[in-house]
Amino acid sequence: MTDAVDVDAADAEHFEAVVVGAGPGGAAAAAVLANNGVETLVLERGVEAGSKNVSGGLIYAERSAPYTIDDLFPDFREEASERPVTRNYMDNIAGDRVHTVDLKDVHEHDTLWCDSVLRRPMDSWLADRVHELTAETGGGVLTGVRVNGLLREDGEIVGVTCDELDPIRADVVVAADGVNSELARAAGLMDWEEPNEWFQGVKAVVDVEPDVIADRFDVAEDEGVARLFGGDLFDGVRGGGFLYTNRDSLSIGTVFHLDSLAAERAEPHELLDNLLTHPHLGQWLPDEYSEREYSAKLVPDSKKVAHGSPFRDRLLLVGDAAGQMQAQGPIIKGMNHAVTAGGLAAEAYIEARSRNAPYSAGDLYADKLRDEGVMDKLRPTRYELSRRVSESDAVSGALDGLVRSSVGRLGLRAAGGLTGRVFNSPFALGMLPDTHTSYVTVPTVLAEELGEPATAENDATPPTLEERIGELTYDTDVGNPHIELVDESYEASGTAVTACPVSARDFGGGCYREETVRTDGSEERVVSLDTQPCVECGTCAIVADTEWTHPRGGKGVEFDQG
Amino acid sequence: MHTVVLTKGVPDFREGMVSFDEDGHLERGNTPTTMNPNDEHALRAALQTRVRHGGQVDVMSMGPPGYKDVLREAMESVYADDLYLISDKQFAAADTWATAITLATAIQHLGEPSLVFAGFKTADGETGHTGPQTCWGLDMPIITHVIALDVDPEAKRVRAKRLVEGDVSEIETVEAPLPAFIVADPEFEPSYRTARHRLERKRLRAEARERAGSFEDQLTMWDHEELNLDPDYVGLDGSPTIVSSVDPIPKAPSEREATVVDPEDADAMAGLVDELAPYAGGD
Repeated sequence: MTDAVDVDAADAEHFEAVVVGAGPGGAAAAAVLANNGVETLVLERGVEAGSKNVSGGLIYAERSAPYTIDDLFPDFREEASERPVTRNYMDNIAGDRVHTVDLKDVHEHDTLWCDSVLRRPMDSWLADRVHELTAETGGGVLTGVRVNGLLREDGEIVGVTCDELDPIRADVVVAADGVNSELARAAGLMDWEEPNEWFQGVKAVVDVEPDVIADRFDVAEDEGVARLFGGDLFDGVRGGGFLYTNRDSLSIGTVFHLDSLAAERAEPHELLDNLLTHPHLGQWLPDEYSEREYSAKLVPDSKKVAHGSPFRDRLLLVGDAAGQMQAQGPIIKGMNHAVTAGGLAAEAYIEARSRNAPYSAGDLYADKLRDEGVMDKLRPTRYELSRRVSESDAVSGALDGLVRSSVGRLGLRAAGGLTGRVFNSPFALGMLPDTHTSYVTVPTVLAEELGEPATAENDATPPTLEERIGELTYDTDVGNPHIELVDESYEASGTAVTACPVSARDFGGGCYREETVRTDGSEERVVSLDTQPCVECGTCAIVADTEWTHPRGGKGVEFDQG
Repeated sequence: MHTVVLTKGVPDFREGMVSFDEDGHLERGNTPTTMNPNDEHALRAALQTRVRHGGQVDVMSMGPPGYKDVLREAMESVYADDLYLISDKQFAAADTWATAITLATAIQHLGEPSLVFAGFKTADGETGHTGPQTCWGLDMPIITHVIALDVDPEAKRVRAKRLVEGDVSEIETVEAPLPAFIVADPEFEPSYRTARHRLERKRLRAEARERAGSFEDQLTMWDHEELNLDPDYVGLDGSPTIVSSVDPIPKAPSEREATVVDPEDADAMAGLVDELAPYAGGD
């Protein structure tokens, strides 16, 4: 991490607002600022907006939200998204048995619309619009610029420092720099400490012709399907899978609790392959399996980490940077909250400015997050209350045993219809404990008791990890690695070998490798690091002892799909 | 600040574009013309000056009417405000001297530019003479091999870092009064350390790309009469260089014997290893 720089800040270039990161949160903030005549500079470290960004792939617009992406960017759905999600199912899997629950009610709860998206095309489209808006104010969008720290004056945050530019002062800094926000960490607002605060997602974008999608999913051009997968196909790791239809591709991925992934020493790419090669998916995959892109991302669990007061001085955190990623049971909502937060942060600054107190924007922003109901979606009080009981080892063990028992099975059978209702209740999902029972046992037992055998054949052969890395585009910053391995002992950093989505045991071409060093007759297991294949997900920052930063502007991995 | 950039059309020597006949002569008709690759650095240096100090970038070339496209390429790929093509049958077959006289006269027709930029030698002639000879015609100080540039319009001075290649490469910093002639080195790196400069560069480049769609609106063509040049002192007649003979570039030995070895064939691979073994030690 780059330390805050105390420079002669008075001489620095000044913009009224600096927005760091051109994802949906940054785009929303910049659009609202620019629409109100605030001189706004947007700094994006990718060669193009979206080239660093990955999402599972669904963006929601909620009725109750004060801002939606198409409010701010009117042609968004026509020009930047893939397909509307018109059907949403949960497939509970045990062996080859599958029990499907229709998620219609929870999918449509508070939903204006929901579209599948790919982040490279989406974010670059947004950035073009944002540039048009912000250029009017004397600002604009600059790509290839990495903000590496905070500019301070007498200890107070007054702007940002960059790799590529001289320090910049601003009256407000909106940090929309993603899940691994270096600004949030430099300000002491977020950390990378606890694996149980995070999910890790990996995704394959699979080529499929539009007519094949129409045929296999029985959808028209303006319709699409989302399917979620849970059960026993992920080797007991807590989490699930997803499949979303895009215009001419499928986004298929998995999302796991990072603590579970780490504890089981599971290989994320293998768990993804478990899903891709499951017989149940055979009905949807094309005859010729061809993967366009493999990607990965950390997902903060807002129930645990969403920051109640995501600001310090003039710095306001937005989206993933503030942990604003809601896992509502199997449904994950992130981008919509980033858009809302971006809009609210901008609104807060504009109000603060009109009251002649521009530096009070942070307080106003926190108030708005609470008053607009955003915080309660992100951190439901009922979850805070119930988790102490439901996630305690004793209770979760007993519950798990109960569900597996004949009584529990009988209950689930009898409640066949009811389980659908539970899955469709936002209230119940808000309390769902993060335990093995919710993620693995219930789906498995449901499928065992109520499921039908999958009938399709699936002969998809996903690429190897080496092939997946080989297909990615990198501009390696030779001689200037962005991650430093602080403690190379296996005890401190060994988990990275398995948990890193581009590393694996017995694979020499990834980021982390396990090695045995023999010295004076004794053997030591150590870990070595090569950042070249890094997909910048940030997993190792949590599970290993590393100094983690983003690469310089334009350097590192470049996603085409995202 | 008014700057002029000189550029030249050259055969596109990239693999797959260039065409040679049996004797190894360039087939000019079958090889497309492109902007001399080194001129891009001169254009980038001029753009940096335009971003920092405003003003005007004129891009000039001498050649047949087909070179209009070279000027369009300069505008589209980097930047140009106005384009000038010096084109006349009387200018044909000029050597570097006659070319320099013509270009210097044309530059003087533009008024008194503060900086004239040229790239480091052309991909076809490779003499590297035209720039310095044009500069002589303009009677300006010249700084060659420039890798970084800093202009002070108030003080009417330019400071440049230049690459001095010797046994050990060195970088020296030199200063000159304006107007001055700058030859950009292929190592030239423009520097934009402020957001406002980067935003201005982005704006100017987008404008120039747009303008390139109707570049002929920005194009002026001059012949010898418009430049008031005597035909006896330009083109072939004004060229003191005498080409006594031309030696063909010796062909690369293409008669090498190649044996295809199947990597799956263990015996054949073993033979290959034996054959290569003597060279493995660098002997």
